Amino acid sequence: MFRFIVRRLLQLIPTLFGLSVLLFIWLHRLPGGPETAILGERGTPQMRAAIRRSLGLDEPILVQYARFLRRMIKLDLGTSTSTKRAVTTEFLERFPGTVELTVMAMVIAIGIGIPLGYLAARRRGRFLDHASVGGSLIGICIPVFFLAYVLKAIFAENLGWFPSSGRQDPTLGATRVTNFFVLDGLMTREWDAAADALWHLVLPAVALASIPLAIIVRITRASVLEVLNEDFVRTAEAKGLTERTVRGRHVLRNSMLPVVTSIGLLTGGLLSGAVLTETVFAYGGIGAFIYEAISQRDYPVLMGFILIIAVVYVLVNLIVDLSYSVIDPRVRVR
Amino acid sequence: MALLEVDDLSVTFARRGQRTVNAVDGVSFSVDAGEVVGLVGESGCGKSVTSLAIMGLLPKQPGLKVGGKAVFDGTDLLQLDDRSRRDIRGRDVAMIFQDPLSSLNPVIPIGLQVTEVLTRHRGMKGAAAEKEAVALLDRVGIPDPRRRLKEYPHQLSGGMRQRALIAMAVACQPRLLIADEPTTALDVTIQAQILELLKDLVRDSGTALVMITHDLGVVAGMCETINVLYAGKVVETARRRPLFREPRHPYTVGLLGSVPRLDAGRGERLNPIPGSVRDVLPWVEGCAFAPRCARRVDECVDGPPELVLAHDGRSYRCVNPAPVPGVTPDAAQALYREAPAAGEDAVPTPAEPGAVPAQAVPNDPPTVPGFGPAPREEESQ
Repeated sequence: MFRFIVRRLLQLIPTLFGLSVLLFIWLHRLPGGPETAILGERGTPQMRAAIRRSLGLDEPILVQYARFLRRMIKLDLGTSTSTKRAVTTEFLERFPGTVELTVMAMVIAIGIGIPLGYLAARRRGRFLDHASVGGSLIGICIPVFFLAYVLKAIFAENLGWFPSSGRQDPTLGATRVTNFFVLDGLMTREWDAAADALWHLVLPAVALASIPLAIIVRITRASVLEVLNEDFVRTAEAKGLTERTVRGRHVLRNSMLPVVTSIGLLTGGLLSGAVLTETVFAYGGIGAFIYEAISQRDYPVLMGFILIIAVVYVLVNLIVDLSYSVIDPRVRVR
Repeated sequence: MALLEVDDLSVTFARRGQRTVNAVDGVSFSVDAGEVVGLVGESGCGKSVTSLAIMGLLPKQPGLKVGGKAVFDGTDLLQLDDRSRRDIRGRDVAMIFQDPLSSLNPVIPIGLQVTEVLTRHRGMKGAAAEKEAVALLDRVGIPDPRRRLKEYPHQLSGGMRQRALIAMAVACQPRLLIADEPTTALDVTIQAQILELLKDLVRDSGTALVMITHDLGVVAGMCETINVLYAGKVVETARRRPLFREPRHPYTVGLLGSVPRLDAGRGERLNPIPGSVRDVLPWVEGCAFAPRCARRVDECVDGPPELVLAHDGRSYRCVNPAPVPGVTPDAAQALYREAPAAGEDAVPTPAEPGAVPAQAVPNDPPTVPGFGPAPREEESQ
């Protein structure tokens, strides 16, 4: 098991190396550059050249790449051209927010999706089944930003049940340790700060959970239906086991494999794709920052972000593979 | 009073916009305590549906209708509520399935799959249950049972898996065991071993066994009474010897005649029953076998053939049965008359283990595993 994890982590190195080459080439072939973003349409060619020189963009591409790699090994992602702060600092501040949001969204999606999909399969063809299948179709179809606006308008602005923006009430003056606000609150025993951060998470997390929820419901339903027809379920029934044992031990566990796969993929997607939701709720995560970085052609930030997302995907897939082997002895790793 | 009395059992599947399918259409048979009864027929004749209906294991779906009675020890299994049915299943009536790999849960160790029955019906837990499970695996001939308990189905061979399934089925010493094609998915040598094991278990414990199979060799080696099914009805019921010696229903005759024989002349063709099981007539219009029957007469399609009770307790559902002692068709007669004389030559082909029906009786000692029961001298006449 341990060797498997190490091996998978070592696989990260060639992955990241290849990715960095691709990214580097791609970014340098793009028309325009940071100087265009900084100067806008005005700037004279001389001014552009001066900026390019100051950013080291006039050197040969291989030199630039070597320098980039050297910094990367030291975990130095460079300085953002738009905020003039270290990219690592920016990420450490913002990424935890997105992680919290993603985790919350996945907790909602899994916590509701698996039971709902399971019940839909059990009551196949009846009201709950039609409702959840239809509902999940709607969930997939509604654009996340639209749902985010609707949730915000109803529950934050009209009813006032939830805060409409931000990650935490700044007047609480909560202590920062990890920048995971909920975690910070728990670690420093500032319970109200933790609760407030959690409260801020609800609406954006619900909006973000809509698509994963819909997908998990459908996959769980399909998978349970398939397993219900398996011979070993009939064997379990033939043994006279209680319905509960049959469902829990024999059906549910066997139907979890495709669900786990999809959870892995969805989580990776959410981490990189929460841009719209974060923008609507002015949530200080990575999404909105990346959006800014793209429009500012902030190369260091984009490079760093894409590399981080790659790492996250590999880690999430590692976790998925490890949970496979917990669920299914046939794919157990040694 | 028989242990299990199946009376006019019918199973129909109705689908909207489609013709209603009568998978089982008035099946009646009985099983005495400790008796081995065969249900024989080709694919699609309703054998498995019959057994699943008795067990209450048919997948619940709209349009499914189960009629008739299946009285086990005074209780009609078909009338029981879900809970009492679960109490009986696995404890009094157990079942062994066809494909041991798919019939075992792939993600749970064998041990738990055995002990869960013990926990459910015998209240055994922890070490006691494990000890009993080891004893059970040992009893069904699984070597090193303690280690096997922790293994998963994919780590076992096909034969071992079927043994494990059998261990689960006999865990509570059921009074009735239903085996649905227990050897079909296994290779020939293993088939013989599994049949031998089943025979031993039945003999030692006095459990009644319903053997569902399409393999006449299996029937010949094990069953005392045989019910031949066709298109959801029992078309002939007889004790083993009379059935193999003097099959009355043309379908039985055809089944026996279609068994490949090693002592047949070189280049001699097999004798399949013409047509397929799908070429059936609905029973209400006449004999379902009529479209494929070599002995068809006009009366066959006048209406459903009545069950004829013959003097020796056997019964058949045919208006123009094969005569006794038969003249036609030759195949069935040849099987009976020539097989004993053929003696050692009558080794069945690997495709049909033990398929020399007229030679076998239950107490035969096994010869070489996979080559069927030994020929018996006294059978020669």
